[in-house]
Amino acid sequence: MTLREGSRLSISSDVPIWRDERVLRGAAQLISAMLMIGALIWLVTNFIQAAEQRGLPLSYDFLSQESGFPIGESVIEYDPSRPFLYAFLVGLLNTLKVSLLGIILATVLGTGIALARMSSNWLLSRLALAYIEFFRNTPLLVLLFIWYFAVFNRFPRVRDSIALPGPIYLNQRGLFIPWPKYTTEGLVFLAAILLGIITATVAWIVLRRIRERTGRQTYFPLVSLFLLLLFPALAWNSQGGQTITWDIPLLEGFNFKGGTTLTPEFAALLVGLVTYTAAFIAEVVRSGIQAVDRGQREAASAIGLSNAQVLSLVVIPQAMRVMIPPMISQFLNLTKNSSLALAIGYPDLFAVGRIMINQAGRAVPVFSMVMLTYLAISLFTSLVLNLYNRKIQYET
Amino acid sequence: MTRKTTLMLAGLLALALTLGACASSGEQVEVTRIVEVTVEVEGEGETMIEQVQAPGYGEILARVQDRGRLVCGGRTDLLGFGYLDENGRNVGIDVDLCRAIAAAVLGDAEAIEIVPLTAAERGPAVQSGEIDVLTRNVTWTTSRDAQWGNFTVVMFYDGQGFMVPSDSGVTELEQLDGATVCVTTGTTTELNLASAFRQLGMALEVVSFEDTASVYNAYEEGRCDATTSDKSQLLGVREGFADPSAHDILDITISKEPLTPVVPHGDDQWLDLVKTVMWGLINAEWLDVTQANVGDMASSDNLNVLRMLGVEGEFGQAELGLSATFMQDVLAAVGNYGEIYDRYLGPNGLAFTLPRGPNAHWTDGGLIYAPPMK
Repeated sequence: MTLREGSRLSISSDVPIWRDERVLRGAAQLISAMLMIGALIWLVTNFIQAAEQRGLPLSYDFLSQESGFPIGESVIEYDPSRPFLYAFLVGLLNTLKVSLLGIILATVLGTGIALARMSSNWLLSRLALAYIEFFRNTPLLVLLFIWYFAVFNRFPRVRDSIALPGPIYLNQRGLFIPWPKYTTEGLVFLAAILLGIITATVAWIVLRRIRERTGRQTYFPLVSLFLLLLFPALAWNSQGGQTITWDIPLLEGFNFKGGTTLTPEFAALLVGLVTYTAAFIAEVVRSGIQAVDRGQREAASAIGLSNAQVLSLVVIPQAMRVMIPPMISQFLNLTKNSSLALAIGYPDLFAVGRIMINQAGRAVPVFSMVMLTYLAISLFTSLVLNLYNRKIQYET
Repeated sequence: MTRKTTLMLAGLLALALTLGACASSGEQVEVTRIVEVTVEVEGEGETMIEQVQAPGYGEILARVQDRGRLVCGGRTDLLGFGYLDENGRNVGIDVDLCRAIAAAVLGDAEAIEIVPLTAAERGPAVQSGEIDVLTRNVTWTTSRDAQWGNFTVVMFYDGQGFMVPSDSGVTELEQLDGATVCVTTGTTTELNLASAFRQLGMALEVVSFEDTASVYNAYEEGRCDATTSDKSQLLGVREGFADPSAHDILDITISKEPLTPVVPHGDDQWLDLVKTVMWGLINAEWLDVTQANVGDMASSDNLNVLRMLGVEGEFGQAELGLSATFMQDVLAAVGNYGEIYDRYLGPNGLAFTLPRGPNAHWTDGGLIYAPPMK
């Protein structure tokens, strides 16, 4: 106590500068910061020198050279005559594809499991608990191997494909689905459908509001339905019955050609990531919902809201505030975990990066690119979700 | 409290000063830092601390002898070349080459450590000097020679082939148009595959894995119509299949694959040393010196034999930092080149049988040839 008072007294002007607590504290912080920055510069410069000494130059020139290696699947057209940078882009797009789909599906599945977990039905609740405990406590890599080698690779061989209506074919090379061909007629038809949906929605909202305000009958469901069908019908008529042309998968030689393919590598990775992350998301959702005070629910029921209204108007908006921050880290985890794709042959960013390292002999530049790209993806994801988070928090 | 703060401040200042001093001058301090960064990149850092020195003339030999152990990059999953026997011991042609070097340098063929590396890891491992020598069926290419390290002596002439299920009826490469092929990433195989199909204007689908076991697992399951690799590797892998007779290795070779041990750049002595040991193995077969007769041969009347075994004259052992009689240790430990080959791939080989073909001595119509030891 006396010391503390003493130090307060030292603020007075007759204390020499080297004993002035404020100056000393400020100086300590300044020196710490300088130390940190110095250490960082030291590490980086040393690293660059060392890399040069060891013949691992930090140069990115190779990115414009021909890659030469094939990639299993790609969102954009790819062949081995493309440059390394393009191959990197292919990997990036594959990562984004699996992450984006994974985040959406994991959120849906996780929410479902959370609701089951909180259900008053004993069996359902226990099943959900078992699911959560199983997936949370099994390493993801093990799950991916099981999904890939024990599930997706055990589907029938190509010649014994399971034919589903569509025609959709399922075999161990993947799921082969008819896909629209790129034609002008198809494009016009698609645009007409889109236009129909937009006008129908606008009509629904506007007419319904009018009815609510004035009480006048506006027949908004009928009007919307009419608009929804009108534009596609017009397009169909004007093109003489030409609509979307489907590219049908056909067994030619070794594989199915045409249509689009969901490869087992992609499917195993997606299913693995979704089932795994959903277990964590379920717990996040459950904690969010349980964080809402019970009195809120009871009060909402007391003023006559239905169960669905209680959930959608009272519980979920408040639960969201608790859920979003931990949810962000689950989304980021999913994105980063997608780099395990390497083990099951899905050419994601990291897998393509590893190939580039070997084929171009440039470990450090490629690793730096991979790290920065993951960082950028993560920062972008959390930026978007943080903006959303700020929007739904209490106004203060 | 004030005194404490002052003390801490003084400590920080001292640290800052030392750090500043280091940053401006010290070469040696830098090197310790290099090690840390390499650990991060590789993700595995067991033997890192020992590779502190930058490679320079004689440094690798010194560090191997210091350590008392030779660290070879290898593999544990390829029958015939680098695999584990029933007792979990590392065996295979590549492992025996590693043992030969250990016997020459340390006098003990068992003083080895095999670091299992994937195809994609091996380049950086030798580039960074994490291993002393890479004996992991590596294809010698000019760009790898420029980037990875120094390639020594071709110890196995191979070529890339294709394996297909027998019931597919495929016999020619042209029949594989539109096929799905399983392949290991980070290999020359991967590049050859792509360019062979491109040249023939054929469609190709690949499924590529970093782990070789996954490649063949997926192929055996039927995920791919064919798989491709060095022919010797395909032969070895086929032996491990549930039904080896259900798979054919096509009679086509699309590339040259000279498999060669690699040493890190920058240490000429170590390069020459490894080359000399490899040539010793080859010359010993040519001179008929075997594991069994190496003791008797020391009193042979063939001057070439006497010189190689270090009984008479010398052929550069001293400059390489080797004992005069190192070849006796090597041959007593692993035998000559032909014996190593036959141990795994000969008619009664441990792994499978593969005729010597291009790996026969030049006197028998093969490509195996070594400079004289003089």
